Parts: sequence; C-alpha cells; structure tokens
Amino acid sequence: MNRSTEEVLSFDEAMEKYDPVLGFEVHVELNTRTKMFDAAPNVFGDEPNTNVTPVSLGLPGVLPVVNRVAVESAIKLGLALGCEIRPVSHFARKNYFYPDTPKNFQTSQYDEPIAENGSVDVELEDGTVFTVEIERAHMEEDAGKLTHMGGAAGRIQGADFSLVDYNRAGVPLIEIVTKPIVGAGSRAPELARVYVAMIREIVKNLGISDAKMERGNVRCDANVSLMPKGSATFGTRSETKNVNSLRAVERAVRFEIQRHAAVLDSGGTIVQETRHWHEDTRSTTSGRPKSDADDYRYFPEPDLVPVVTDHEWIERLRAELPEPPAERRRRLRTDWGFSDEEFRDVVNAGVLDEIEQTVAAGAAPAAARKWWMGEIARLANQRETEIADLGVTPQHVVELNGLIDAGKINDKLAKKVLAHVLDGEGSPAEVVERRGLAVVSDDSVLTAAIDDAMAQMPDVVAKVQAGKVQAVGALIGPVMKATRGQADAGRVRELILEKLGVQG
Amino acid sequence: MTSTGTPQGVVGLSAAELARRLAAGELTSVDAVQAHLDRIRETDGAPVDPADRSRGKTGLNAFLHVNAEEALSVAAEVDAARARGEELPELAGVPIAVKDLIVTQGQPTTAASRMLEGWMSPYDATVTRKLRAARMPMLGKTNLDEFAMGSSNEHSAFGDTRNPWDLSRIPGGSGGGSAAAVTAFQTPLALGTDTGGSIRQPAALTGSVGVKPTYGGVSRYGVIAMASSLDQVGPVSRTVLDAALLHEVIGGHDPQDSTSLPDPVGDLAAQARAGAAGGGLAGLRVGVVKELTGEGFQPGVQQRFQEAVELLRSAGAEVVEVSTPNFKYALGAYYLIMSSEVSSNLAKYDGVRFGHRVLPEDGPLTIERVMGSTRAAGFGAEVKRRIILGTYALSAGYYDAYYGSAQKVRTLVQRDFAAAFEQVDVLVSPTAPTTAFERGAVDESADPMQMYLNDIATIPTNLAGVPAISVPGGLAPEDGLPVGIQFMAPARQDARLYRAGAGLEALLEQRWGGPLWQALPDTAALVRDLAGDPAAPDLSAPVRGGAR
Amino acid sequence: MSAITREQVAHLAKLAHIEMTEEELRSMAKELDLVVDSVASVSEAAGPDVPATSHPIPLQNVFREDVVGATLTAEESLRNAPDAAEGKFKVPAILDEE
Repeated sequence: MNRSTEEVLSFDEAMEKYDPVLGFEVHVELNTRTKMFDAAPNVFGDEPNTNVTPVSLGLPGVLPVVNRVAVESAIKLGLALGCEIRPVSHFARKNYFYPDTPKNFQTSQYDEPIAENGSVDVELEDGTVFTVEIERAHMEEDAGKLTHMGGAAGRIQGADFSLVDYNRAGVPLIEIVTKPIVGAGSRAPELARVYVAMIREIVKNLGISDAKMERGNVRCDANVSLMPKGSATFGTRSETKNVNSLRAVERAVRFEIQRHAAVLDSGGTIVQETRHWHEDTRSTTSGRPKSDADDYRYFPEPDLVPVVTDHEWIERLRAELPEPPAERRRRLRTDWGFSDEEFRDVVNAGVLDEIEQTVAAGAAPAAARKWWMGEIARLANQRETEIADLGVTPQHVVELNGLIDAGKINDKLAKKVLAHVLDGEGSPAEVVERRGLAVVSDDSVLTAAIDDAMAQMPDVVAKVQAGKVQAVGALIGPVMKATRGQADAGRVRELILEKLGVQG
Repeated sequence: MTSTGTPQGVVGLSAAELARRLAAGELTSVDAVQAHLDRIRETDGAPVDPADRSRGKTGLNAFLHVNAEEALSVAAEVDAARARGEELPELAGVPIAVKDLIVTQGQPTTAASRMLEGWMSPYDATVTRKLRAARMPMLGKTNLDEFAMGSSNEHSAFGDTRNPWDLSRIPGGSGGGSAAAVTAFQTPLALGTDTGGSIRQPAALTGSVGVKPTYGGVSRYGVIAMASSLDQVGPVSRTVLDAALLHEVIGGHDPQDSTSLPDPVGDLAAQARAGAAGGGLAGLRVGVVKELTGEGFQPGVQQRFQEAVELLRSAGAEVVEVSTPNFKYALGAYYLIMSSEVSSNLAKYDGVRFGHRVLPEDGPLTIERVMGSTRAAGFGAEVKRRIILGTYALSAGYYDAYYGSAQKVRTLVQRDFAAAFEQVDVLVSPTAPTTAFERGAVDESADPMQMYLNDIATIPTNLAGVPAISVPGGLAPEDGLPVGIQFMAPARQDARLYRAGAGLEALLEQRWGGPLWQALPDTAALVRDLAGDPAAPDLSAPVRGGAR
Repeated sequence: MSAITREQVAHLAKLAHIEMTEEELRSMAKELDLVVDSVASVSEAAGPDVPATSHPIPLQNVFREDVVGATLTAEESLRNAPDAAEGKFKVPAILDEE
C-alpha cells in the first residue's frame, strides 16, 4: 500500500476553518437488453468473453450502432433530473490507451451531451432540502473488467499480469455530472451520501437501471476541494474514484475534507489528482496526478450520426415517466400515516418499494413496516446481503401476516417460518404445512403439558396461588419446550391462570 | 517492348460478357475461375524469399493471398446450381478479387501490415457477405499501401505491387493491387476502398475504371477503418458497365453502418448501357474544374484531358468552366481530418486482443511498454507519420487551429460543390496530376507532401462525400502511360457517373479502335523476362519509404 | 513557422503509444514540420461564422432496436489473442492506474 499515513485534521476543526466544495460524477449502468453500440447481451456474471460481438471486442472493421432504448433511457433520466434535452446531441471519441478499453478510445459525448442544466432536490436526514445543480448527463459505454493476478491479492500495484474480460465492455452508461456544490458545510459528507442515494432511487424508479451499487450499476467519483472560510475562490480538487457504497461515499468525502484541511493548514498545496478509496483503512491514497496523459483528444465520432430530439419524442417519453420520488414519498407518508421519523427510517433503509408492494398486496402499512424494518432487515444484516437480494417477496410478508392474524402461528414461529422461506423451502404457508409449525391450539394437548409442568413444580404453583402472578413464567417455559415452541404462549398463560383460579 | 497484351480466351473477357456466357451455358464458372488462377500464377510471381514476406514477389505482386480452393468450390456450386436450373444472381460465378482491407472469414486479412499478419477475422464484412450472396467466387486478397495509407503501393509491408504497363513503375495507391490485378487480367473485377483517391488514382495510373460511390452508398462494416468520415468502398474493373454491375451488388442500405444511406442503390447498369449507346452526353451540362487543371498537372495528362473534354463537347455536352475557390485548401484539410481519424482508428492495434505483440527489448515489462513496442514494430513509417500528425492535430491547444479549421474547410468545399452543381450536372477533371512514376522516385522522408499531391484532384470529393469515377483517357504522349479522366456528381447521383463515364468510354474506344488495354504490354512475358534477366532491377530491394 | 520540436514529437509518441528511437524522433519532427507548414493555410481559410462539417452526408437518429444478436464464443473471442488464460485476454502488468 502506498502512502497510507496521510495527516488529517479533525472534522470539526476543518469545518471551523474551511468551506467544502463538492462535485460528483455518478455513472449509471443501464439495464437494457443489449449493449450501447452492439447487439451483445448486457448481462452480469456470464462466462468471460462470451457476451461479446466483434464490435464489443473492437475488432478491425467494426462499426457501432446506437441502442434506441439506451437513448430513451438517457432522455428519461435527463427529464427526471429537470434537465434540458438538447435538440441536437453528438457522440465523441475520448482517446486514451487502457487494456480494458477495446478500441483504446471510449465512445462518449463531449460538448453536446443529451441532457444539461438540471437540478435535483435531496433531503437530508433532518428533513432539510438541499438543491443540487446538474451540469449534464451524457451517454457513453462501459469498459471491460480487469483482474490483477499475482503480487498483492487483486491489487494493481505489484501485479504480475492482468486478465481482461470484455463482457462489460460496451454496456450503456449515463454519466451524471453536478455543478460545484457549495454551502453544505459540515453536512457535506451526509449530502454526498444522500445525493447518491437519490440518484440511485431515481434510476431505479425510472426502471432504467438495476441500481445495485455492489454490482457497480451505480458508481460515484467524488470531487472535493476546500475554500478558507470567507473566501469564494475554489481550491484545488481531488477526485476520489469508484466509491461504491453509500456509506463509503459519506466516509470518503469526510476523509478528503479532513485530509485537505491538514495539508492546507500546514501550508501545503493540494495536488490535483485521482485518489483511491480503501474501505479497509477508511482512507484514500494517491492515484496518479492529472498530467499530459489526460489529453483525451476528443473529436466528433465519425461513425455515429447526431441524435436529434423533437418535441413530440420528448413529450412521449415524459408521459412515460413514473411519479418523481419526492412526490411519491409525500404521498406515501400521508397514505400510510407514518411519523416523519418512521418514514425517514424506511427511506434510509431503502425498503420503500417493498413496503409499498406489501401494502398493495393487502397488508396494513404498520405491519408491513414492522416486517421490513424488523426481522427482514435483521436477517439481511445477519446474512450480509441486501434486503432486495434476500429473496423475500411482498407476497411472503402478506401471507405471513395472514397466518398470524388467523392465529395459525405466533410471532416467534413466524420468524422461524421466514428463515425457512429464505432457505428456499417455499411460501410461508408451505413451510408451516411441511414443517408442522402451526401453533398448538388443541387445549387438551396443552392441558396435558400444563398438568405435567405443575406436577413437577409445586413450589411455583404455590407462589402463583399466593398471588405472585409473574412467577407463572416458570411454568410457561416447560410447556413451550414440550410443544417445541408451537404453543401460543399467551394461551398457555391463560390456561394456567384459569386452572389455578388466579386473575391475570 | 512486347505487344498484344490482351490475353486470348476467358481472362480477356469483361465481367458482363463472362456473366452472359455463364448464363448461356457456354462456359463454366470453374473454367472461368481456373483461367484467372492460372493467369495470377503466370503474372503475380513467386515469393522473393519465402521466409521474408516483406520482400514481395518476383512479378506483379498484386495478391497478398490467393484462395484457389474456396474460389473453385464456390464456382463448382454455382455450376451445379445452374445445371439444376436454379435462378442465379447476374454475376454468379464471375470471379472477383477483394482489397485486403476488407475482412473475410476463412481468409486472412492483413491491411498489408505486419500488425495483422496471420489474423483471421471471425466475421465477414457486409460487402463480403454481399459477394457471397451474389455467389461470386473470391480469388483472393489484393495488395495495398499499409492500412490504405499511400499513393504508390510502396507502403505495403509485403512488397509493392508493380504497374502492368511498366514493371519499374508504381500502380498508384492505396488500391494498387486491385487496379493492377484488373488491368493485368488476373480478375475481371475487384473491390477497392477510397479515402482520398485510393480507388481512382490507381485506376487512372493503370488505365482501369474505378468508382468512389456517394459516402454511405456502400457499407463500411467490416472495412478496416482508415478515416471513417472519408472511407468508401467501390468497384474496380476494366469497363464502366462492369463497375456498375459490381456497384449494384455491393451497394444499398446496411443497418450495421450508422452512416449508410437509406436509399436503394438504383439501376446503375442500365445507366451505363444507355451511356455506352450514346444516350448520355447530348445536353449534359459538364463543368471543367478550373482549379484542377494547369499548374502541377503533367502536360500529357492535360493534353488527354483537353481531348476528352472536346470529345464530350462534340457529342453534344454543354461544357463550361466552373470555379471552386476553396479546393486549394482541400489537401491541407484532408490531411488534418484524415490523420486525426487515423490516429484514433488505429489505436486498437495494441497487441492485446489480436494481431502481433512485440515485447520491448529491455527494461520493465509493462503493458504500456508492450503496446509501445508492438506499435513501433507493427506499423510502417507512413502509418506512424500520420498517427503522430493526427495526434498533434487533435491535441489540446491545437484542435481549433487544425482539426476544427479543417472541418470548416470541409463546409467550404461542400459549398463549392453545391454552387458548381447548380450550374452543371457533372464536373470533370484529370484524376491524377501525373502518370505512374518510377518506384522509389518520391522520397517521402525528405518531403511527405510531395506524395500527398497525387491526391489533389481526388480528395475534394471525399471531403464532400460526393461520388466520382475515373475512366481511362488514353496514354500520355511523353511516356506512353495511362491517363485517367474523373467525373464527379452530386451526392446520391452515382447513376450520372455511369451514364457520362460509359459515354466517354464509348467515344474514346471508337477513336482508338478498341479498348485502351489493346496497347498493354504482355504482362506475362514482362514478368518472365524480369525474373529470368539478371540485369533486371532487383525487385527484392526494399523500396524507399516502404514499411521496413 | 510551426517548428515542431523533438520534445513535442516525443510527447505525441507517448500519447500515441509508439516507442521511437532518438533518430526517429528527430526525423519525424522535421517531416511533421514540413507537413504542418503546408497545411497551416487551413486555419486561415474559414471565418468564425462557417460551421464545421464532421459528417459528409447529414443523417440523424440512426438507431438499433434493443434486441440481442449473435455473439462470439469464448473460443472465437480468444482465437486471435496474443496471450490468454482462464478464458480471458492476458496482458502484462499495468503501471498506470485509471
């Protein structure tokens, strides 16, 4: 690892002396069926170098043809970000050599992007709304995937050689670039996280991306610079690349603010450079400085013709847009009757869609929230996966809730049932059926178990009869054990107290 | 000089005549293909040094690869289909050669570069697919300047092609191989590509016919890109009608090329036939381009050109002089745009996915250095020169002055054409300023621009995307070498070229008492003489400016 | 007037990933200088009001429908590779980071 010990100033001290300026470049991978410029499938995780055509491999003689759906996705995203859609937009070549880039240039857009001059309102955790100005959103293609072999595991430094898989090469990307964001102050790290979360939500809501950060569907480059308090002149910025989780975005921005502050405080100057975020050390390290090698020699892509948008096309796409996330949230909060805090927690946990679908499938909003924010979130955490990847469907939750309401299972059993559902044993009803997990509601079976328990613990019986009602718990335990947890504990308590003639 | 260069028999026939005889059952495709393969063997020569392809062959060296087996098997299938009474495309069974810039499955494609030696394309170019669909046996791949960069064929990494009219001279470039092959009766038809004159200038210098269609008229998919906004595939042949027939096979819309025109290709052969029958010239408004005559044009070229213009006038054409004042900037603009696109298009040749990989001789083995040494060893001097020029023209601080300005000149050249075509139906000029020059005569390291001047009359059409044809205009009196006459037409009006070109061709053949190639020396004899004559120039000597 | 220097050529050669010997750098500088001189008039030809033309024949909105087509097999993809391992293209270590 190189230069791992960067000096940092405490965040509070940094904030006393400097105002941070942020900027983000978020890359969104589209979920089109095929790539940006050729008919190879856009599928994650297949055998290496099989989702390729001669075009994706950049073989001699090939030519690109633009994917219509990708363009329409870009226009929709532009509209959702409040951008102007350019009447005429061109593709351009960005020239640089890198082995993951088959043609040694990336087909992108330069001075005429599809969308520009937009803005998006993001809400901080305390409900403050912050407007982030969008400079542009443009279409481009993804690169292949490099695996570095030998040397330190997976690291580019010290690797002996690298392997290239071009399955991802040519996957459609939209890059969203913000204007410089000033005035966030000490909320800058939080704003960073909330902004990226908002973009993720917007593209997911539009249905144009799978929006899974862990798969690289949404990737963020974060630019940070500092101005001394009172100054309006931007400082030199660093660009932290590929910060690929919401938490990491927040941490990386915070770290960079602290690092910049330490450098400036000691009279040093910030080098304009690429930084790499390391989740393990929660710090960034120096990449390569901006240099002559960044002369990308952009020029209009001669193999592609301009995209010309007219009013009719744009309005047709605008009509297809779903309800904007901010409006939707307002509506759902009212409909569900959650408190501001409850609702924010739901949003932050990223289970808005799930709860909405669960409610739509017939569950009460409070019950839906209880499940998604409670046991399901816990299981996701325990299994170290995203809630969306657990395999629980809104239907499962509704079914589970129905089983409880019908008295077939209790809460404790329901959790067991859920765990079995995750293990692929079928729907909740099927699990209950197959595993015989239904609550034991046959009073005669319970009565036998209760009689056993009372016979073995006469002292407890005496205590209860003497009025120490809370001691009844010691009798319930063995009964639950005897019925392997399938009894309804409340019913057992009732029966015992009834038997002993004590009021509960 | 040996005379009577027109060989007897099958190889002397035009494509149209071959097609007629094949259809009539007077000839089999296998016999036609075999005759051309024999002719190639007779005239193309043997490798000078089988261990070193860069030394070329002892003869014309028009072919980089001959594919007898495939050509004969396609021919046999055509013959069998015909025997069964199947309906076949017009040129079914007529052999063709393909410039080695066009990718072909099952045959190597090298672009005459070391970079691609041994590369086998896993896919066919659209034009290759169209030839297969037309059931035309492909004889093989023809020689060219490396990646089509050059006007003399001396930049081939596999030895230069000779001009059949005089083996000590260049056949023009970059498509010298296709032009020489057609001229020397190795094939009746060939495909070429034209970025700044690579079809037309060799056609002029070898006395053959070459057409650069309207940009977008023929698909570029599978054609190794030199300069994407200028490249265009077109036919090479000995007669205007043959070019039209081939153009109809390869033209038309291709969804795999975003710059492909949606228009149908049109009935070009009918236009050529009408022109040859004398129906093309009366009343045709012909503009002589003032800027493409006079200074810089060889006297014999000018003389034949003037005679051609007089012939057109005598046939009823309305000849006027038109001025295109911005053509004087065209060469400069062309070199900036072309090299810029070249610098980007050739970036993919880096030794990672295909082609050669050359390791650095010393120092650390990093991918950057491997790319650097691969490209240093794989590219010839001219290719490197253009990549560096293009990198310069696009780089920060120079873009506006060079690339940006060149794109504006392109607008001015288009406006010149538009203004001219308001006055006339077609424009006419000499195709090239000189006849074929001696091999090695142009020292490009002393002044690269000298070679570039060969394209002075052909590049304006590439900048504007308009179509043009070169037809033989006779032999220059001072050196007895062919002169080409170029017609230019508005975009999408390729048909006019065939009508006017066939009209002039007919008038000239009337005057000469037959086609120009009656005067062609006997290539087979020349090649035999050369190979057997110890006093002959050493064909194996590396040519100046050639790729190492 | 342009006077391309050896250092400029070295920089361009680095951008273009072509290793050049000292002799090549010097001769290329000389040749490039001649070319640049003779194309320099281009920058004076057109005024600021003249639009640039990037495509000779104007077309617009040429799209492909989002339908999966034929792909290469891994074997076809790698057949021409100078080096390969584990179904992937193999390249020497990468020095620069992107």
